[in-house]
Amino acid sequence: MSRQFMKGCEAIAEAAVRAGCRFFAGYPITPQNEVPEYFARRMPEVGGAFVQGESEVASINMVYGAASTGTRSMTSSSSPGVALKSEGISYCASARIPMVYANVSRGGPGVGSIQPAQMDYLQATKASGNGGFQMMVLAPASVQEVVDLTYAAFDYADRDRNPVCLLVDGVIGTMMEPIELPDFKSDEEVDKMKEAKKSWACVGHRLDYPNRSWIEPGHWKTSDMQKANEDAAALYKSWEKDVQVEEYFVDDAEIVIAAYGISARTSKTAIDILRKEGIKAGMIRPITLNPFPHKSFENLDYSRVKAILDVEMSIPAQFINDVAVGVNNRCPIETCLCSGGNLMKRSTIIESVKKINAELGGK
Amino acid sequence: METNLCIAGFGGQGVMTIGKFLASATCDSTDKNVTFFPSYGAEQRGGTANCFVVISDEEIGAPLGDVMDDLIVLNDPSLQKFLNTVKPGGNLFINSSIVSGDIERDDVNVIKAPVTEIALVLGNSKVLNVIMLGVYVGYTEVVPPEVVWGTIEKKLGSKAKLLPLNREAFERGLAIGREYKNN
Repeated sequence: MSRQFMKGCEAIAEAAVRAGCRFFAGYPITPQNEVPEYFARRMPEVGGAFVQGESEVASINMVYGAASTGTRSMTSSSSPGVALKSEGISYCASARIPMVYANVSRGGPGVGSIQPAQMDYLQATKASGNGGFQMMVLAPASVQEVVDLTYAAFDYADRDRNPVCLLVDGVIGTMMEPIELPDFKSDEEVDKMKEAKKSWACVGHRLDYPNRSWIEPGHWKTSDMQKANEDAAALYKSWEKDVQVEEYFVDDAEIVIAAYGISARTSKTAIDILRKEGIKAGMIRPITLNPFPHKSFENLDYSRVKAILDVEMSIPAQFINDVAVGVNNRCPIETCLCSGGNLMKRSTIIESVKKINAELGGK
Repeated sequence: METNLCIAGFGGQGVMTIGKFLASATCDSTDKNVTFFPSYGAEQRGGTANCFVVISDEEIGAPLGDVMDDLIVLNDPSLQKFLNTVKPGGNLFINSSIVSGDIERDDVNVIKAPVTEIALVLGNSKVLNVIMLGVYVGYTEVVPPEVVWGTIEKKLGSKAKLLPLNREAFERGLAIGREYKNN
């Protein structure tokens, strides 16, 4: 397969179609408009359906309905749009409906700004709606990773009968890069995947009561609701095996950068430059934000690691909360932050590392 | 070896197209890593627009460097905004038809091309970006001209009647770029 030059948002849509996604509903919002634009053109080619809903709320509920029939379905939006969708996402999680959504996030609360930022970390990983549900949250740092993680997201969603979130920053969403695309799942494979969901999906069962499918976003009987919550909690716990993390020069690092998405990419270049100057910097980059690779931070040799530098395009820092769990007060955690749509510069990261290094008595 | 290029101008001048054509051509013709990153505000035609292309033998970190090797400016505000990002010894390509501001640096190579005027002579102001792309490729030889032309041909695929005009535009630009290179 030869490489192609594609934009992050378009790569989300093409990877989804290749994974067997046959329903998309969304509502326009910058900086993710290329996702629905691409689906609008592509879905008719593969016998799928694209709907531009009258609102975000309508769109997520269309996805809720389509996914309830076992069709691989997705939506996408950007921060304030995702906030509007949070009710529907929570319903999908409660009813245990597999679907995928992408958040190409914005620069602050409210309307925010349309330039790239990482301001939705806590929302995505801790509370994308009411009721304490969780989703796997995947954070690509290249357009190729956008493709690979989108493709995998549908498998995770089906396996768990649970929504999956792709958390994408505006740089990864709007930049173009060479990629290789995965296989296109055939119509037979797509039918088979849908068939496999027949035991729970609303596909037109006979009307005899015990065998009917029920999509229930809640339970009136307290014992049923507790049981559903316990099952969900057990599912969330099982994700530990799905952790994906990239460790860069961690083996001998004295200063370890913690970063994800575009911040990690920029940090990598900074580390290469710092290492040429003899400063032992490394990086831990979570690819899955939930499940979070706490162990990578727990297992650091703190007799050698002198400090962690949390690099994120968010003010206040959010990702730092998960980093701190693994570090557990064994060394200081400094921050290198920007926000509002301003991009993290490699020179800013280099200065931050050098400052820490100087304070530690290095050169 | 990593080359950082910034292209800046008004929305509607074809800034993004220059970057996309160049980056696509690099993807099509080499094993190099390449990124294209657009940056624009909420405004469109007439607003500011700029984009960044990074071409590298190594893995590319951020899709825009802190310092630019090359800068293409199609209007005055872009010159003011980005001149200081060019590294000493870097290349500055300007649309000399409308960029009239002083270049307050003497440590960069300046390549002047009156692309708006040439485009009007060719009969279509829209091709000024293809002329500038030719100037850039002719001067830097970052990607072989025939590969860039192949990409333009592919992208214009459904509008075949525009090909001769664009070919002429591209050639005019190449000639200017090569002339600067050889002098």
